[in-house]
Amino acid sequence: MAGSTASLRAYVITRVILIFPMLLLLLTFTFLILRVIPGDPITTIVREGTPQAVIDRLRAELGLNDPLYIQYFTYLRDVFTGNMGTSIVTQGPVTQEIAYRMPATIELALSSMFVASVLGIGLGTFSGTRRDSLPDIGTRLYGALAYNIPIFWFGLIMKLIFAVWLGWLPVSGRFSPRLSPPPTVTGLYTIDSLLAGDLRAFVDAVAHLILPALTLGIVLSGFFVRITRVNVIQAMSSDYVEAARARGIEERNVFFRHALKNGLVPVITTMGLTFALLFSGAILTETVFSFEGMGRYVFYAITYRDYPAIQGAVVYYGILMVIISLGIDILNAFVDPRIRY
Amino acid sequence: MAGWFARGRTSLVGRLLGTFIRQSRTVAGILVWIGLAVILAILVMGILAPFIAPFDPNTKVGATELPPGGPFVMGTDRAGQDVLSRIIWGARVPLAIVAVSTTISLAIGLPLGLLSGFAGGRLDRVILLVMDSIYAFPGLLLAIAIAAVIGRGILNISFAIAVVYIPTYFRVIRNHVTSVKQEPYVEAAVALGMSRTRVIGRYVFPNVAQNIPVIFSVNAADAILTEAGLAVLGLGLPPGIPDWGFDISLNWQRFDVSWWATFFPGLFILILTTALTFVGEGLNDILNPLLRKKEQAAVAEA
Repeated sequence: MAGSTASLRAYVITRVILIFPMLLLLLTFTFLILRVIPGDPITTIVREGTPQAVIDRLRAELGLNDPLYIQYFTYLRDVFTGNMGTSIVTQGPVTQEIAYRMPATIELALSSMFVASVLGIGLGTFSGTRRDSLPDIGTRLYGALAYNIPIFWFGLIMKLIFAVWLGWLPVSGRFSPRLSPPPTVTGLYTIDSLLAGDLRAFVDAVAHLILPALTLGIVLSGFFVRITRVNVIQAMSSDYVEAARARGIEERNVFFRHALKNGLVPVITTMGLTFALLFSGAILTETVFSFEGMGRYVFYAITYRDYPAIQGAVVYYGILMVIISLGIDILNAFVDPRIRY
Repeated sequence: MAGWFARGRTSLVGRLLGTFIRQSRTVAGILVWIGLAVILAILVMGILAPFIAPFDPNTKVGATELPPGGPFVMGTDRAGQDVLSRIIWGARVPLAIVAVSTTISLAIGLPLGLLSGFAGGRLDRVILLVMDSIYAFPGLLLAIAIAAVIGRGILNISFAIAVVYIPTYFRVIRNHVTSVKQEPYVEAAVALGMSRTRVIGRYVFPNVAQNIPVIFSVNAADAILTEAGLAVLGLGLPPGIPDWGFDISLNWQRFDVSWWATFFPGLFILILTTALTFVGEGLNDILNPLLRKKEQAAVAEA
């Protein structure tokens, strides 16, 4: 036992140290790509017919005349001091804009991940243990439909039914304009309102979150249903389950202690991949519900060629992804001893 | 060249057909047949569009936002165009985009996968790293970025989508190649001094080729959804080409007034993607030996 805890600790420490080269690689990659992309960033800032003198001054101010390696080190320094420049479109500091929008996406991501795992793992297990029965076929149909539904369209339907027709939930946004948002601690309205002890604000924030989270969560649950079902089927037909049955262990215990535990390991492993899926979905979900998060921000930044904003978004998004993948890897090491060093 | 092709065809297509006919009464077999029937119906609808569409898809043929009924079976949209006619013509776009983007993904992903898997070593690790980074990136975001740089049009959009799915083809092919490479007959061919290209063409490719239909049908659904996502965000095809995704982007802000103009195009996207997934899931069940093992055991017992 002592040996296994030590190896787990070694794994976690190595994995945390590995974050730094990964981040550096990501930052360098972003820097290079944005310098390679065709089009001079200056042309997106200035209007046509701007005098050359003004353009030259701007160019010097932005450091675009410096040699590439100087630009690179300035860029790295800026990233670590949290100075990502000014958005060309809104003229606001990029770091501040992202600090406002990132929590919205994190809130959406966490809540929809919750919906997706409860629905997906629950239904997938249910269906995997009843292979080719009617409930299994029904669940597979649900999985296929959920995975294939155009998320934007699904969000619109949810909005029309629950917000417009039934009027149960707010139509759009993150918070009612008639209430004042809670003082910012984490930026997540649900948590901040609880911290401030403001129950009305909490209820309001949750009400705004329900429809986007359900929309994105149900779509993602299609993926989880599939993965869980396949893995539970594989675990249920494995030799150790047969052996457990042969030893006369009660079927319920066979399932919970042996099959489920092993069947869920690959599900956790693939969770990391679903974050890419989740973010694609978030762009569209945020659009339907006017939920001002990172998805919308990146979309605008790309369409208007707002280079500082793109750079900032990619960098912070990358940092978030690196942290998430670290979390998932550590979680994996806990459930699967083979992963440790 | 002709040698491996003929060989691949008899073994692969023959095996596939045989398996299908044997499996056509299992859940997986039924799924494949239903999916194929739906895809075929949509394909025929797109091809016959000039003959079966009741109105011109791009002209104002009635009042705006008329509810379904009368001459307009699915109503009219914000621009007074017939929704049904646009849906019939719109069937062409996802099919064309799937065909073009899959060809591109396959044309790049397959050789890279063969090369990377067969060569191994440092080259393999480098290609793998690049592919994994693309894979970990949100697909829609990548497509948005490419589409924003290269602009609109069927080819451009297909290219943007193709890039997203290259890693999927690459991954599956590469992983299969690394296991096929260990087979005695491949090692024997190498030991007998056969050239690398001939070993790959003659022994490796026919074995890994069975993955292609499965990845294709799973990916095609994703590609259609990505195209629709781009269209909804205003980065899709230029106006004038009837497209289900474009119709959603045109009408969604009036969803609470004229729901039909948004609802029907979305429904058709869902039908097509689900049909493709049925084919993919069914094929996967039939071809994936791990899952099949139990089924065969059950058949043997019966």
